[in-house]
Amino acid sequence: MADNRPGAAARIIRWIDYRLPFVQFLNHELNEYPTPRNLSYWWNYGSLSGIMLVIMIVTGIILATQYTPSSELAFESVERIMRDVNYGWLVRYVHMNGGSMFFAIVYIHLFRGLYYGSYKTPRELLWILGVIILLLLIATAFMGYVLPWGQMSYWAATVITNLFSAIPLIGPGIVTFLWGGFAVGDPTLHRFYALHYLLPFIIVAVVLLHLVALHRHGSNNPLGIDHKGPQDTIPFHPYYTIKDLFGLTVFLLIYTFFVFYAPNYLGEPDNYIPANPMQTPNHIVPEWYLLPYYAILRSITFPILFISSKLAGVILAFSSIFILFFLPWLDTSPVRSARFRPIYKWVFWLLVIDVIALGWVGANPPQGIVVTVGQIATFYYFIHMLILFPLIGKLERPLPLPSSIGAGAPMAKP
Amino acid sequence: MAKRAFAAATVSAFVLASAIAWAADETLPLPRQEWSFDGVFGTYDRASAQRGFQVYKEVCSVCHPVKHLHFRDLGEIGYSEDEVKAIAGGYQVTDGPNDEGQMYQRPGRASDPIPGPFPNDQAARAANNGALPPDQSLIVKARAGGPDYVYAILTGYKEPPAGFKMLEGMNYNEYFAGHQFAMPPPLSDNAVTFADGTPATVPQMAHDVVTFLTWAAEPNLDDRHRSGLKVILFLVVAAGVFYAAKRKIWAPIH
Amino acid sequence: MADVAQQNGSEAHPGETRRDFLLLTAGAIGGVGIVATIWPFVDTLNPARDTLALSTTEVDLAPIQIGQRLTVAWRGQPVFIAHRTPEEIKAAEAVDISQLRDPQKDSDRVRKPEWLIVVGVCTHLGCIPLGQKTGDDRGPFGGWFCPCHGSVYDTSARIRQGPAPLNLWLPGQVEQASQALYKFTGENVVTIG
Repeated sequence: MADNRPGAAARIIRWIDYRLPFVQFLNHELNEYPTPRNLSYWWNYGSLSGIMLVIMIVTGIILATQYTPSSELAFESVERIMRDVNYGWLVRYVHMNGGSMFFAIVYIHLFRGLYYGSYKTPRELLWILGVIILLLLIATAFMGYVLPWGQMSYWAATVITNLFSAIPLIGPGIVTFLWGGFAVGDPTLHRFYALHYLLPFIIVAVVLLHLVALHRHGSNNPLGIDHKGPQDTIPFHPYYTIKDLFGLTVFLLIYTFFVFYAPNYLGEPDNYIPANPMQTPNHIVPEWYLLPYYAILRSITFPILFISSKLAGVILAFSSIFILFFLPWLDTSPVRSARFRPIYKWVFWLLVIDVIALGWVGANPPQGIVVTVGQIATFYYFIHMLILFPLIGKLERPLPLPSSIGAGAPMAKP
Repeated sequence: MAKRAFAAATVSAFVLASAIAWAADETLPLPRQEWSFDGVFGTYDRASAQRGFQVYKEVCSVCHPVKHLHFRDLGEIGYSEDEVKAIAGGYQVTDGPNDEGQMYQRPGRASDPIPGPFPNDQAARAANNGALPPDQSLIVKARAGGPDYVYAILTGYKEPPAGFKMLEGMNYNEYFAGHQFAMPPPLSDNAVTFADGTPATVPQMAHDVVTFLTWAAEPNLDDRHRSGLKVILFLVVAAGVFYAAKRKIWAPIH
Repeated sequence: MADVAQQNGSEAHPGETRRDFLLLTAGAIGGVGIVATIWPFVDTLNPARDTLALSTTEVDLAPIQIGQRLTVAWRGQPVFIAHRTPEEIKAAEAVDISQLRDPQKDSDRVRKPEWLIVVGVCTHLGCIPLGQKTGDDRGPFGGWFCPCHGSVYDTSARIRQGPAPLNLWLPGQVEQASQALYKFTGENVVTIG
């Protein structure tokens, strides 16, 4: 009866699939779903983001089986994980460096979208969902950083929650509400832990929406033109599954280098000092991926009309992300990909330099030239978003687009 | 292509600039030491770590606790189970309450954390003019510059330069930010007699105690380096195979 | 599979078999990678080094008079240490073990007959049997009595009546005292674990 088993398996799968079409679904998404044939490696970062989300959730849950979210015991419980739990150091370092890796991947994914016009019609909602994911990610990362209850954990929490006091009238009340007390403390830690555990699953839900939106019209591509027929597309499997797998191993090489050989390079030494509410560290610095927003926040050193400098800084820092929601409408270019946009393709790099400059500003104490650079860079950022995007789209003459992806000049390099 | 080069150049310029900005500080640049645990293949020199534990025990532990270390951890730097038991037994540890409700002292066991010199922070401050000698279990990771920094501090005591005003009770240290350091120089030649006969000069003791403290902060390093090598080699092979597979699968498309 | 390939003239499609081999290798490497990665993460749930370090207890036996019993905590459970009287020992040895639900000779359950050391957890559903404190009900055999569902243990802590299926465990859940996880390590000291 050796033939029974393969037949039986196929029958069981058919039985299930008839009632819950998971095989049909997978077959459609992997084998039939048309993907542009010219996607470059810049299109790997979506699947890499998804994989990072899984890695962070898995390592996070494992850490959660050992971590104690109380201000008395949190720091010690993390040290116990590092010293006594089998492979605890590995799980901790993977999670800790994974936060940085996740943001690096997501930022590259975002800038890919900026360059190739992936936010343009009909992908506006896809883009908006992505920005929502970014916001949730920032909130999750911020709360996660508080959990080890080191000096930087405590003081970053204090500084950032204090931002809300800038809101007129109700601000200070909101801050007390957020803290659950009169300063960041044990109640704050407990609620940050609960929310840090919860938010990733909300991110999963938004990611699923993001994928549904993606599959409605399919991926953009380096040429920015729609695919016109089967000559322009290939099935996702096996072409992009193997390309994604290869990209994954290269990424893992970088990730594991950090985990095994430089696990604290991206972090702050001060966070290995237990939180001391009576002593502020010399330099309060957020993790690198929050530095640009921190720089914008600190760059407003003067009040604007009736808005205090503190409130203005808060508004601009949050706006720097919220403005991304409007990008599909701020950008007036009739053409998607920067390849065919002779002016924008250079201006794009100005934004990249600007964001890196903001990062540098955020990392340094706000004195001297740092302040000036920060103000110029903040100013430029909003000019780029609010003025350059609409203007360049209107003023530049795009290069002629190829007739189709198949005919598009030079094929994307493997 | 030119665009890529331009992009790469500007990104590198900024990374370099920021690196330089980060390094710049008011104090002297940190001299780099050679450590057995440096680099991808680094491991802890156990003999050095044991000498370092002796320095900690005989000099530093008068003021500084290492509360995240347990006696049983000492097995990792080469002490035998009996040696660990003996070291632990030499300490008195507070336990209790007993059936009368009293706390009591008993000899230490391997499973105990290494007790610090003071029962709490307030007692530590009272004994040290209000200053709190920090716990040393993580000091190497808790300071920018890590082992090089701690070594520089231990060997960086000097006479203050002419005209420099020392505050009361402070000590001039070249590498401490602001140069006013509350800890008096802890090490002097032959403060300790090493069991293996190594001459106990200040640089030697500093080197050994920093090796010990680096191990104390990062006991997983040997494991981490070893398994890291395996993981990275595996990934290099995997990347090669996946790349070849990718080329093969994509051949008809190109 | 190789036969079929050759019959189909695999020599005419060398590229394909090379590609299959490549894919097979890629799949194998991926599989090995995933499995090798899973183990450390699962291992984090095994007892950690601090838990393992606390898995030994030393007990001073000197204060336990003949006929007295002491309960100590070991690995999160109570351990009954009974300093048995000669009568208790004789009663334990005299039992016809073929009549027992869980047949075990008394001599197999002790290293020294005057010291019975067993884990004080009823083998029925895990309650702690009575009999350690003076005044406790020791049941009809003078051993221990579990109040939850009425299991009765004799002076060798073997099950005699009631629903429990097995005798009280020796430390380490072994069949022979010689394998049990305790040792007399001093004048009047036993080390458990």
